[in-house]
Amino acid sequence: MTISTAPLIHATGLAIMRGERVLFRGVGLTLSPSDAIVLRGANGAGKTTLLRMLAGLTRPEAGELARAAPHHWIGHKEGIKPQETPRSHLALWAQAWGSTADIPEILEKMALTRAADVPGRYLSAGQRRRTAFGRLLLEHRPIWLLDEPYTALDAGGRAMLDGFISSHLVANGALITSMHDAAGFPVTHEVTL
Amino acid sequence: MSAAPILAAFRQAFAEAWAGGAGALLPLGFLGGAAVLVPLGIGSDTQTLKAVGPGIIWVSLALSSLVTLERIFQADVEDGTLDLWLQTGAPMAALAAAKTLAHWLAAGLPLALASPLLALMFQAQASVELLIHLGLYTLGGLAFFFWGGVGAALSATVRRGGLLISIIALPLYVPTAIFGAIAMTGGIGSDGAPLLLAASTLFACAVAPYAMAAALRLAAD
Repeated sequence: MTISTAPLIHATGLAIMRGERVLFRGVGLTLSPSDAIVLRGANGAGKTTLLRMLAGLTRPEAGELARAAPHHWIGHKEGIKPQETPRSHLALWAQAWGSTADIPEILEKMALTRAADVPGRYLSAGQRRRTAFGRLLLEHRPIWLLDEPYTALDAGGRAMLDGFISSHLVANGALITSMHDAAGFPVTHEVTL
Repeated sequence: MSAAPILAAFRQAFAEAWAGGAGALLPLGFLGGAAVLVPLGIGSDTQTLKAVGPGIIWVSLALSSLVTLERIFQADVEDGTLDLWLQTGAPMAALAAAKTLAHWLAAGLPLALASPLLALMFQAQASVELLIHLGLYTLGGLAFFFWGGVGAALSATVRRGGLLISIIALPLYVPTAIFGAIAMTGGIGSDGAPLLLAASTLFACAVAPYAMAAALRLAAD
């Protein structure tokens, strides 16, 4: 197996305006395989905006951004419809992405077996988060972009997520995440906004 | 590029249109209500009703197709689904067209199918002409949904954007309404009018998805 060390994401001089205000400028980062970058900053510093930029959702006002591999995105909004159950949600995205992953197995890993057929409108915040994280396992993608992944997760959920992230990093995956708490996985470096 | 994301978007939108208590039937109720009020308002004179019937149905069809459009993209912005669709790598115009088509199938096609019943209320003779009209309403309704979808995409981040959708979409409904009405009244140019109606629907289906995609990318930015 060849291990590529070419950067997965390379960004320099990123800047964004929000209204009339410069949210941040001159932000750069390089994400290589097996890297875990944690974004730090006070509320409103622009962590979510930077992640959306890296995901290609928001266009930077200035700067260069190159992404060399597919990515997974888990934001604050999980993207679950009120009528979707965890099972149908994962089945839909498996169809959309052309994934043949074993959905019952993912539900079991996410400890969602009991909630597997509960519509989204009745799921708890933590169950919604777990369903969204289930998407990470549908398809292997080298880059994970997670916005405050610990939000609404209980201790068991955090440990589970830490486990997924650790094995993703071991398998040459890479991660950029924003968080306020201490990370439960090896962090390569931190970027403060 | 595979068609899988586009099919999945269609499937999700179709399920969503029917979720939450047959929301897709709401426009049908609106169409029926609006069309029934007119005879009550203008009296029961047979000749008058016959004359205004097709036009009233066009107007009711245009208004009722706006009823459910408000949610087709706004819900996606609110629950984060739009972010996911934008990242599938599939052309957003194709995804937006698939979603609009799904909503039209769930909420728009039933409107056209109900039109012969309404026409009978307007003293139309039960004849094959009603089926031809059904076809014209189907064509026109499709254009209404695609133009309405542009309004829905533009107002996706606006709270209570329903009125905004009407203001954006109603002017775009004009060609459809004109050609649709001419095709049915049998006046000057009524021979070519169905073709022009079809052409304006084709134009809507071809252009509106790109406008929707641009608006949705802005909504996520």
